[in-house]
Amino acid sequence: MTIPRGKVVAVMGSSGCGKTTTLRLIGGQLKPTSGEVRVNGQVVNQLDSRGLYDLRRRMGMLFQFGALFTDMSVYDNIAFQMREHTDLPEALIHDLVLMKLHAVGLRGAHDLMPAELSGGMARRVALARAIALDPMLIMYDEPFAGLDPISLSIIGELIRKLNNALGASSIVVTHDVQESLKIVDYVYFVSAGKIVAEGTAEEIKRSTVPYVHQFVWGEADGPVPFQYPSRPYGEELMAGAPRYG
Amino acid sequence: MDNGLLRALRNLGQRVTSRIWRLGYASRFFLATILHSGTALGRINLTIREIYFTGVLSLIIILVSGLFVGMVLGLQGYDTLARYGSTEALGVLVSLSLVRELGPVVAALLFASRAGSAITAEIGMMKATEQLSAMEMMAVDPIARVVAPRFWGGVISMPLLAALFSAMGIFGGYLVGVQLIGVDEGSFWSQMQASVDFRQDILNGVIKSFVFGIIVSWVAVFEGYDAEPTAEGVSGATTRTVVTSSLAILAADFILTAFMFTGT
Repeated sequence: MTIPRGKVVAVMGSSGCGKTTTLRLIGGQLKPTSGEVRVNGQVVNQLDSRGLYDLRRRMGMLFQFGALFTDMSVYDNIAFQMREHTDLPEALIHDLVLMKLHAVGLRGAHDLMPAELSGGMARRVALARAIALDPMLIMYDEPFAGLDPISLSIIGELIRKLNNALGASSIVVTHDVQESLKIVDYVYFVSAGKIVAEGTAEEIKRSTVPYVHQFVWGEADGPVPFQYPSRPYGEELMAGAPRYG
Repeated sequence: MDNGLLRALRNLGQRVTSRIWRLGYASRFFLATILHSGTALGRINLTIREIYFTGVLSLIIILVSGLFVGMVLGLQGYDTLARYGSTEALGVLVSLSLVRELGPVVAALLFASRAGSAITAEIGMMKATEQLSAMEMMAVDPIARVVAPRFWGGVISMPLLAALFSAMGIFGGYLVGVQLIGVDEGSFWSQMQASVDFRQDILNGVIKSFVFGIIVSWVAVFEGYDAEPTAEGVSGATTRTVVTSSLAILAADFILTAFMFTGT
């Protein structure tokens, strides 16, 4: 799997197939048991903690439910990395924070606390926080999960726009096919930890791989069975209830 | 039967080894917290904020409890001393009990349930909502930024709270003994002054409360950081903080007392 510079790449697959794990491997929060992860030429799993922290300063990550710091205001959330990693004067940080918030359309919400935000707003604030230090790589973990249709397209457009504006690369881990196919350059389909298909949005829509077809068109049964693996139905019913206690 | 016995043995062994493993993990965590304290002590505002949350917000419960404990000591002490006709020693009894034992121990137990549980719940929730993970991804070490300030906030607050507890307790003893029952005010204070030794009594009390502060803060930050990232996990961790640190306080109190007051 390669993520070219300047592109938005989606990693799709059903829940539990290893998508989020992929992001954690890239961020160095997990170590691979075999193989290697390279970011900007550096092998992530061989970096020491200082090297890893240096690399992470150039990455931004949007967590599934935003993961905003609940004890800080929106403003402080976005200023957090600037204050931790730079010696910028507070006046400059103020301008930068408002610029980031303006980019996601929430300049007016800077003094709210995370608990006062709606789901879509929290996601946008988290997005502004992820790009606080103008990263070269932005990772999105399920950016569309649990959003209403309006917030959904706002987030989708922002992902595309911000990637182009920053000249960054983006990885979008998602199972929202329709929304993500609108904005991405390339798609990887993952099932049980393996890439089963890849291609541009058009190629994926026309794909004949059974798993991809089932996924894109949302069919209930197919290569991914409806039933969780179990003993044969008849056998299990005939065996009677186990004795508890 | 053999199978049952074997299974019981295996369970026992597994429990013991997992406890030992956890203790080792907690010790390494403690060491990491100390080593990563640069941020907490360098950017002292972070720690002061935690002193406010753990210390200042615990003031009411500490002060009120101190007052009542002192008042009870005044009543009980008077009753006992009256049998020997030495009620003027009430001030000594109240102040020594508080400064040596009740101040550090009761304040630490209250601190564990008021502030320790809050620290555990806060860190546990931060973990459950991926805030700690997010911080790591922003190249900020959560142990330095979240854990260490809370740890030091607790360690600094504890001796101060224990001192306030003792002071309130002595005042409570004075209210009951002198104002209510009518023990002679002059002998209440002068005997206290004459018999409470700074090094032997007060300093040892402060050392105790400092040790208890380390215990409570360590258990609280560790349980929060180690909590299962679910609602159940955080509630379990909060309970464990109160139970573990209370037991540890009482055990440590026995050991410290055995070394400090050897019956001179």
